[in-house]
Amino acid sequence: MSYFMNSGEILQTIEMIGQQHLDIRTVTMGVSLLDCADTDVSTCAEKVYEKLCRKAEQLVPCCQEIEQEFGIPIVNKRISVTPIALAAASCRCDDLTPVAAAMDRAAKTVGVNFIGGFSALTQKGFTESDLRLIRSMPRALTETSLVCGSVNVGSTRAGINMDAVLLMGRIIRETAELDPIGCAKLVVFCNAVEDNPFMAGAFHGVGEPECVINVGVSGPGVVAHALKSCRGEPVDIVAETIKRTAFKITRMGQLVAREASRRLNVPFGVVDLSLAPTPAIGDSVAEILELIGLERCGIHGTTAALALLNDAVKKGGVMASGHVGGLSGAFIPVSEDAGMIRAAEEGVLCMDKLEAMTCVCSVGLDMIAVPGDTSAETLSAVIADEAAIGMVNNKTTAVRLIPAIGKTVGDRVDFGGLLGSAPVMPLHSGSAAEFVSRGGRIPAPLHSLKN
Amino acid sequence: MKAIVSVFAKDARGITAFVTALLAEKDINILDISQTLMQEFFTMIMFVDLEACSLPFHDLSVWLNQKGKERGLDIHIQRTDIFEAMHRI
Repeated sequence: MSYFMNSGEILQTIEMIGQQHLDIRTVTMGVSLLDCADTDVSTCAEKVYEKLCRKAEQLVPCCQEIEQEFGIPIVNKRISVTPIALAAASCRCDDLTPVAAAMDRAAKTVGVNFIGGFSALTQKGFTESDLRLIRSMPRALTETSLVCGSVNVGSTRAGINMDAVLLMGRIIRETAELDPIGCAKLVVFCNAVEDNPFMAGAFHGVGEPECVINVGVSGPGVVAHALKSCRGEPVDIVAETIKRTAFKITRMGQLVAREASRRLNVPFGVVDLSLAPTPAIGDSVAEILELIGLERCGIHGTTAALALLNDAVKKGGVMASGHVGGLSGAFIPVSEDAGMIRAAEEGVLCMDKLEAMTCVCSVGLDMIAVPGDTSAETLSAVIADEAAIGMVNNKTTAVRLIPAIGKTVGDRVDFGGLLGSAPVMPLHSGSAAEFVSRGGRIPAPLHSLKN
Repeated sequence: MKAIVSVFAKDARGITAFVTALLAEKDINILDISQTLMQEFFTMIMFVDLEACSLPFHDLSVWLNQKGKERGLDIHIQRTDIFEAMHRI
């Protein structure tokens, strides 16, 4: 192929990577563990360990090669597995922590930095295995360092499992009391997706193949930079600029996904084109919203700006990749975004606004520190609200709340590394205990009847 | 295999001669050169052919980077794919 070089384009790419924090946020290998079933939990755990080490052995070296040759940083290499409540359903035991321990060991052996899938899908009700897994979660997530877990409590088709909502409020409390960092690795979902490459909610769904490569790209800094040249322009131009930038960003993800898939001889799954921030300066989704024209993220106008951003990211990204999936939109994790942290500390960004924002973006109430004395019932009520938004709007929503034990509004919690740090945010007082204690299942909405 | 060599420097003097000599040393054929200023940095971008180069890509990359550092330059080499992927429909 003859190539006429455009040095302006080359420099733009180099600047995006060098100065604007463009990177591949994660290459996640999804591995099916359905064939690791065993009635004995230790044997199951051993099978899990062996399979993960075998399948993922070359993942990290391969990614390092790609980084080198293409000049693209691949920040995280991760693994997602079949929800363990399914893989370990035959185990005759009460405690599934040994399986989490095996996942943790395998992750350390192959060199990935997180492994997700200590999960259960309970939207219509619990299996015995679901309950075993959920009850094992507090220890499993605090005794391991790299294991992440999730529970799906609702869906548009099934409704909301309020028994699960009630239980998960308690589990989050229990986990926080052991070690709040465990809560940073625990996500409660509604309409969870099977191919999300981002932690902590990643798992390898049952409709997925034996093994798959999913890639998460990210570039809030790149989008922010592009928007600096749109001051005063109509929102159509803003949307168009974001779209074009999202295209470029996603193209990088597509390239890496194809290359990793080829070199590892593992099928390519999806590119998740989510705009995922990091705590680094210049890598913030809140900053994008502020560049769109808000004095501070969290004031009136934030929901509309985020809706514009989320949609433009999707439209730009979808042209750039053969298969787009996962969550694919804008992320708003409070502790992982320098702009969000600032807005929360100033008291401008509050829970109610964040809840509104979850209606128009791709994730939910994410990485939010709440007062250490928040009751389990209140946590459940927050989950119920978020699940309702997801169920009615036919989208994924999630809750990742961290009760900051021993701390209250005005204090800060530091999770370390990519998990960032966050100010403790206030919740409404008043009890929803009577509501959430009712249990049962909120029926699926009318518009779920699509056939 | 084709690649892009990018060079960033504060001072432009003698850079073209220095870098092209390095590439010649490793039997790398230069297909196109472009020079510009990016902020206050002198920037040179070369489109090269690695066909005749016997050094493995990783080793070449490390060597160029090292030689560049000794001269006070930032030299990178990367495959062209990333640029093509981003800027072509």
